[in-house]
Amino acid sequence: MDTTLLAALDGNIATVGYGLAAIGPGIGIGIIVGKTAEAMARQPELRGQLQTTMFIGIAFTEILTLLAIVTGFIF
Amino acid sequence: MGRPCGAHDPGRQRDRDCTTIQADPQPGTAEPKRPRASGLAAPTPGTDARTPPRRPREIALNTSDATGSLLAEGDSFFHVPTIAEFFPDAILFEGTWFEFNRVQLVRLIILVVVLVGMSVIASRSKLVPGRIQSIVEILIEFVNTSIIANTLGLREGKRFAPMLVTMFFFIFAMNLGGVIPGLNLAGTSVIGMPLLLALWTFVTYLFFGIKKHGLGGYLKHETMPPGVPKPIYALLIPIELLQVVLIRWASLTIRLLANMVAGHIMMVVFIGMTQALLFSGSALIALAPFSGALAIGIYGFEIFVAALQAFIFTMLTAVYIQMATADEH
Repeated sequence: MDTTLLAALDGNIATVGYGLAAIGPGIGIGIIVGKTAEAMARQPELRGQLQTTMFIGIAFTEILTLLAIVTGFIF
Repeated sequence: MGRPCGAHDPGRQRDRDCTTIQADPQPGTAEPKRPRASGLAAPTPGTDARTPPRRPREIALNTSDATGSLLAEGDSFFHVPTIAEFFPDAILFEGTWFEFNRVQLVRLIILVVVLVGMSVIASRSKLVPGRIQSIVEILIEFVNTSIIANTLGLREGKRFAPMLVTMFFFIFAMNLGGVIPGLNLAGTSVIGMPLLLALWTFVTYLFFGIKKHGLGGYLKHETMPPGVPKPIYALLIPIELLQVVLIRWASLTIRLLANMVAGHIMMVVFIGMTQALLFSGSALIALAPFSGALAIGIYGFEIFVAALQAFIFTMLTAVYIQMATADEH
């Protein structure tokens, strides 16, 4: 019996995986930066320290998304 | 042709092979794959003559298929960047362990420029700084105040200041290689350099931590934070131990590497897309200015990322050293 394929998708699921992996850290970084902005508005003299902490927090959160970039290339 | 995917057909290699659009039931007239601009690895010849050859994985990352999508119009121009961008052909010593390619050349140039430049600036330093000297001084001051003073503290951080300043300047210069026209590749966009720098950090915090607390004391200090209920330690100690011996330096490596790789690919995609749209010869030319503006924006963003990643790498190094050498509470 002959069947006819009308539509198909070609490609790598890693592109979708990256999008999924970017959701969580995106929300997380948003919260981190938002809270830092709030804190800096309350205590402008602590700006330097707060920014330092913010960047450390961002670095830890961001690594999850970056891992997704790497896994897309590896697997 | 014409069996559904997954049917018991020994001629098929993989399921992916039978997922191309085949509206035409006649086997002979199936549309052949258009040749790709980036002919990386030669496609595996299909066992069935009618089966389209399986595309290598790198090319499969590009989702635009040859069959009638909008972007396919620029297909003949648009060179889709792959991971092979970072492994160019060897220039010297091909096939040996000392293979020397474009990335190494970029690293060598940056290294020489930074070393010679900094030596010249240091030897000519004056009390009233000139323009270049004041730029370097501002950067060193930045490392000193916003990295060292905020984490290690100025007194304790004095021991580590040379290492951290070196690290910051070195990573920053290597990252800038990705945005300097002519070099076009960041020295840190191949895993060797981030790995080396991360292992430097690893050895440093391990050495100074053990020197301060002793081996057992150091492990206890790092893996058993006080004020945690006893049963939780069973869960906490393996995680913290794994973090100390693996996750810290591995994440430093991947953070720097992935940022540089992703930045480079993003830049190549947008600049390549601008070119492809500009020479598409259709109404798509109207889109080229927007794409070009985006490419310039991303170029600027990459300069920012180069500085940011140097900052974060140095900062996390300082934090890890601080965690290892902190006093008992």
